[in-house]
Amino acid sequence: MGSKKKAAPFNGTPEQEKQLKEVIASLKDDKGCLMPIMQHAQEIYGYLPIEVQTMIAEGTGFPLEKVYGVATFYAQFSLYPKGKYKISVCLGTACYVKGSGDIYDKLIEKLGIEGGECTPDGKFSLEACRCIGACGLAPVMTINDDVYGRLTPDMLDDILAKYAD
Amino acid sequence: MENINVKINGIDVSVPKGSTILEAARIANIEVPTLCFLKDINAIGACRICVVEVQEKRGDALGPKRIVASCVYPVAEGMVISTNSPKVLDSRKKTLQLILSTHEKKCLSCVRSDNCELQKLCYDLGIDDENYYEGSKPEYEIDDSAAHMVRDNNKCILCRRCAAVCQANQGVGVIGANERGFTTNISCAFDQGLGETSCISCGQCIVNCPVGAIYEKDNTAAVLEAIADPDKYVIVQTAPAVRAALGEDFGLPIGTNVEGKMAAALRRLGFDNVFDTDFGADLTIMEEATEFLSRVQNGGKLPMITSCSPGWIKYCEHYFPDMTENLSTCKSPMQMFGAVAKTYYAEKMNIDPKNMVVVAVMPCTAKKFEIGRDDMSAAGVPDVDISITTRELARMIKRAGIKFNELPDEKFDEPLGISTGAAVIFGVTGGVMEAALRTAVWKLTGENADSPIEFKEVRGMEGIKEASYTVNGMEIKLAVVSGTANAEKLLNKVKAGEADYHFIEVMGCPGGCVNGGGQPYQPASVRNFTDIRALRANALYSLDEANAVRKSHENPAIKALYDEYLGEPNSHKAHEILHTSYVKRGLYNNK
Repeated sequence: MGSKKKAAPFNGTPEQEKQLKEVIASLKDDKGCLMPIMQHAQEIYGYLPIEVQTMIAEGTGFPLEKVYGVATFYAQFSLYPKGKYKISVCLGTACYVKGSGDIYDKLIEKLGIEGGECTPDGKFSLEACRCIGACGLAPVMTINDDVYGRLTPDMLDDILAKYAD
Repeated sequence: MENINVKINGIDVSVPKGSTILEAARIANIEVPTLCFLKDINAIGACRICVVEVQEKRGDALGPKRIVASCVYPVAEGMVISTNSPKVLDSRKKTLQLILSTHEKKCLSCVRSDNCELQKLCYDLGIDDENYYEGSKPEYEIDDSAAHMVRDNNKCILCRRCAAVCQANQGVGVIGANERGFTTNISCAFDQGLGETSCISCGQCIVNCPVGAIYEKDNTAAVLEAIADPDKYVIVQTAPAVRAALGEDFGLPIGTNVEGKMAAALRRLGFDNVFDTDFGADLTIMEEATEFLSRVQNGGKLPMITSCSPGWIKYCEHYFPDMTENLSTCKSPMQMFGAVAKTYYAEKMNIDPKNMVVVAVMPCTAKKFEIGRDDMSAAGVPDVDISITTRELARMIKRAGIKFNELPDEKFDEPLGISTGAAVIFGVTGGVMEAALRTAVWKLTGENADSPIEFKEVRGMEGIKEASYTVNGMEIKLAVVSGTANAEKLLNKVKAGEADYHFIEVMGCPGGCVNGGGQPYQPASVRNFTDIRALRANALYSLDEANAVRKSHENPAIKALYDEYLGEPNSHKAHEILHTSYVKRGLYNNK
């Protein structure tokens, strides 16, 4: 089977590891320590890849599967880093009826990742969001702070090309 | 004990305080259907199949009627309970219809077709349309990455019994619930295949699964193929615990000993020899008791820990890699049997071991992993070629049209079918220890033929047992544990210096092999109210008592094996053939 999740290479630093180990040491004897440790870990690393979850499992004695179960249950935890360019497609009502679902699907196809994931080169991450208050421009997506409205799927190549660097 | 008075379906009942409604109903001779609940394993009140309608006392009056999960709801004085009101029946049926809406209903070809708990519920609750709700249905890849089993999430009903037993009883926790809501699924971290994790192959998830979502890899076709091949000499061996449970798959009461009918059935399936792993168990005692006394007398690594249970061995390698030196180097009885069959017996019979096929019938799924381990090929070919579970044997017998219950009682073939009472109790927690004591104490008392036989302190179904004996001025401190979560507790005590045992028996499954992951299914409705482990264990202790020879060193076939071939226990030759080595795997190395 093998892991199907597409992971960007892990670039954790020794400082981050030291920070995480300190957090684990200070919290691990508390009842219900797993969630707080995971929250701190996500603050330190920005996301919770297998390397970080394994450190948490080893440090706390919880099975890795339990850590992963919590990480995938709560929307606040992410298994993937945010990309250099964070693409956010609005699937709110107005955008959705104007076809933002097609935009989202097209991006999944073009980037080769699922929603919530990041491309292996760390460049683009994709997520769905709810209304960003630009319904007049529906369907809408944002790439970092840039807003793109009145989108059609055939516009996506040109837009993505702007973020070539 | 204090009792509480309740009314169930209009009948007054007095039940012990602290009982759940489910237990109280059972006392009132009413079975409330369950699905996710398993006594001592999973009590989460999640599936809502066991709901009942309850009114609790409020002062002198009764409160409003409420629907509660009877498996976890305790009774209270004056409670009025209805287990079959229209509202209750309707609620259960709706729940079941919703479960069915995402269940892959390939019932005709399902491995659980004749004993699926979901199927029985559908019948009992009167489901007349299995597609009542139509909607989207998640699709999952089948995980067959492990050596011993398959997980098919398309049939999973998310009861979590497997995850609970894996975590709570076995201390492993490689499977659990991931994602949430509609996409919730039971799987391993990061979508790894089970074979990539530190799964110990015990199969407890299989015997506790109510449906066909988890099952052993079926190797019966390979057995039939070998039997049909005129160039192959096919030997079968059966583990002690198989005879205590196989009858259940033919409708016999739990705890029926079917040793004779099993031997007869195997002969009719066409095996060239019908032998017994019990022979291997007696041989294990010769080697293991000798190894133990040698470690004690020569300052070897203590405590010595038994090595019969391959689930336990894999657990130790993954979770206590720093303790593999404590493991006895003895191969398990199954492997010892195979090794002797392909060396001693093959030479004696002038059979090329390459043309010999050793089939093992085991109460165990970890044996399917064990046969592929390194350092398990005494004759240059694998000691054991195929390992099937008790369930697979039952399937083979049924498919061959053998009327099991009508068979005569037959005996195993000689010489590798000769065994003692010490061997047959290997199938229950404490049995290996007791068998080893019978021989070790005999040795320590100057080979006194009147040395004691029964060591009842190590018997019973408790998860952790301790005993100490003083023999000839020497104190031997022992511990017996079953279920790897109990092993974890005990070994942590040993590592912390809080316990100084000389000898520890560990069985991977709770209760030992009688409750192994390869044993016949018993539904929750039975498991919740009957200790099937104790009933199966009784069958083995009765066989022990009925055997005229109850000490392994008195087995004439074992004596002949040493006289003719091996020399003495722990000899150089015995080491080459009967001993093995271990791998320090660690948590994240499944290789």
